[in-house]
Amino acid sequence: MSRQILLGDEAVALGAVDAGLSAAYSYPGTPASEILEHLVRLAEKTGSFKAVWSVNEKVAYEEALGASFAGKRALVSFKHVGLNVAADPFMNSAITGANGGFLVVSADDPGMHSSQNEQDSRYYVDFAQIFGYEPSDHQEAYDMAREAFDVSERFGLPVLMRMVTRLAHSRSAVATAGPRPQNALKKGAAKDWILLPVNARRRFVQLLDRQAEMARFGEESRFNVLELSGTDRKLGVIAAGIAYNYFREALAGEAARPSFLKVSTYPLPEGLVRKLVDAVDTVLVLEDGYPFIEKRIRGLFGIPGKTVLGKLSGTLPASGELTPDIVRRALGRPPLPALAPSGLPLAGRPPQLCVGCPHADTFKALNRALEGETGSNVFSDIGCYTLGALPPYTAIHSCVCMGASIGMARGAADVGLHPAVSVIGDSTFAHSGITPLLSAARADADMTVIILDNATTAMTGGQPTYGSGEPLLRLIEGLGVPKDHVRTIEPLPKNHDKNVQTIKDEIAHHGLSVIVAVRECVQEQRKKRS
Amino acid sequence: MKQDIILAGVGGQGILSIAYVIDNAALADGLFFKQAEVHGMAQRGGAVQSHMRLSDATIWSDVIPKGQADMILSVEPLEALRYFDYLRPDGIVVTSSTPYRNIPDYPEIDGVLEALRKAPHAVVVDSEKLAKEAGTVKAQNVVLLGAASSFLVLKEESLVRTIEDLFRPRGPVVLEANLKAFDLGRKAALGS
Repeated sequence: MSRQILLGDEAVALGAVDAGLSAAYSYPGTPASEILEHLVRLAEKTGSFKAVWSVNEKVAYEEALGASFAGKRALVSFKHVGLNVAADPFMNSAITGANGGFLVVSADDPGMHSSQNEQDSRYYVDFAQIFGYEPSDHQEAYDMAREAFDVSERFGLPVLMRMVTRLAHSRSAVATAGPRPQNALKKGAAKDWILLPVNARRRFVQLLDRQAEMARFGEESRFNVLELSGTDRKLGVIAAGIAYNYFREALAGEAARPSFLKVSTYPLPEGLVRKLVDAVDTVLVLEDGYPFIEKRIRGLFGIPGKTVLGKLSGTLPASGELTPDIVRRALGRPPLPALAPSGLPLAGRPPQLCVGCPHADTFKALNRALEGETGSNVFSDIGCYTLGALPPYTAIHSCVCMGASIGMARGAADVGLHPAVSVIGDSTFAHSGITPLLSAARADADMTVIILDNATTAMTGGQPTYGSGEPLLRLIEGLGVPKDHVRTIEPLPKNHDKNVQTIKDEIAHHGLSVIVAVRECVQEQRKKRS
Repeated sequence: MKQDIILAGVGGQGILSIAYVIDNAALADGLFFKQAEVHGMAQRGGAVQSHMRLSDATIWSDVIPKGQADMILSVEPLEALRYFDYLRPDGIVVTSSTPYRNIPDYPEIDGVLEALRKAPHAVVVDSEKLAKEAGTVKAQNVVLLGAASSFLVLKEESLVRTIEDLFRPRGPVVLEANLKAFDLGRKAALGS
């Protein structure tokens, strides 16, 4: 057994490797990127398994599912909204089941540090009716990942682990055990995987039949801890995942603590919940994310004779990230004395595009070309260039989900908006921009797509990209965009006037144009130099 | 024994390198530690902070509750002010006096330094000058680590050994500059 300093994400990665992982797939997204980054490093070192940056989360999921069908242990990881992209194979894989152990890691971002929403992946566990883990610390992240593959094979189902930003991006020491050997290839039951209605109906019933066993398994898990106070019947606390840490933090140093249940697995360990509820008058539910547990135990009408407190009751804020300070307040402990603010008004320091960023030059040219336009004409996408929304550029008017910009520009153009401009990065284009561009090309929609080709997935730290340079241009033409209207610009200050003219010309063209702004990310250039 | 530290600065100033050194020194010294950091969008030239917790007993929360930090260690003076509400009333602020002006409304630096001195214990070092003296302006983060080192619950030799491990792969010139930066920072703080 050795001790290593690991990010929460890295602890999951290493736990999977030590469980005999054969293949891992992901698309980068904060706060999940470091899982596959660590796996790529380990795979390069040992050469004993595959670690692949996939083109998007749906593809990543299917690649991992294929490896599981072949009998090997597989992992797929992504941020919470990545699971939306992969939701189709995810939901159906609960019906097909897994063959080799299959761990799905979905990293939520309560507080939206780097995300568009704070959706809670535990709802997906419930939706698919599979087994889920929610670690509270690094050691559990490692231990649960290692155990999850056994559990997946035991139930013949994918297992989901829910991470949150704070754990994903926190470092601590983890005690690791040795690796288990990988599975051999193993033939599975093809008729379970062919989801024709006749098979799917049978498989769904089998999934439902396994629910009770999964619940029992969770009840007995060492990760769920029930501690009943012999004396205090007033308050009991249910704390899930990292909320448990905040609960213990708030009461550290106090002689006694109320009864509590630490929840670490799903489906909810109902028997343990019942024991806690029976032992107290008031139940306080602490969870980082949606009031998932609180809603479950409160139901429509509450629990007769008991008070349930949480986000729904207003005891804790319903939005934003849970913090130790919020939990402290909810437990009725006074705030700790702190140094008074200095009184100096503090200018904010929001994130911004790097000095010398190619996107800055593209936005300057685009703004110039659109001077005088009063509508919301620029549909943008997800990446560093979303920072083009902030001053001094204020160049974009939407950011919804991966690849949305092209379809949205098409829809707006269809109903008469002109100019209709889409701005999308090369990695996001490969992820979800190809199919909407195919559709726009078939219609020769009156719109202008600007692809920012910086040859990397920059926002998440520079992962590889699938569509850049010459192959990207061939791909665009292959989708049916007229050759004369596939233009390239080099976004540099010296080319500003020329670039403005190119954008103006293509906006003036009543049909589909694609302008590719080609210049490498300055961060990646710097990495290569050092 | 416990020590909670808010590490602060601007994305790209090397906060995470300071955290790396403290993490490894804590492991070498046999302490428990948790260190929460910021990745992703905020890293792009924005305000960044890391919560660093050291203890000889179990640490629960990854983030420091308000009022519980023993130290703010900042590579940038304005950023040091941002986290006063995390600091104990008698906590210490170790900060650079060198402003990082990448925003249009950066306040007058004299006002910032005056506000910093309102903290009961403020150690303000000219990290830019000392880093240049050490051989590279990039070593300002290590100057600050040196300045904080005599207040940390970690052994100086554990910190120095980790700095050596971190910078040795980047060649002897970079390594020497960073070791000197650490030393200059340490001396500046002790003399202040």
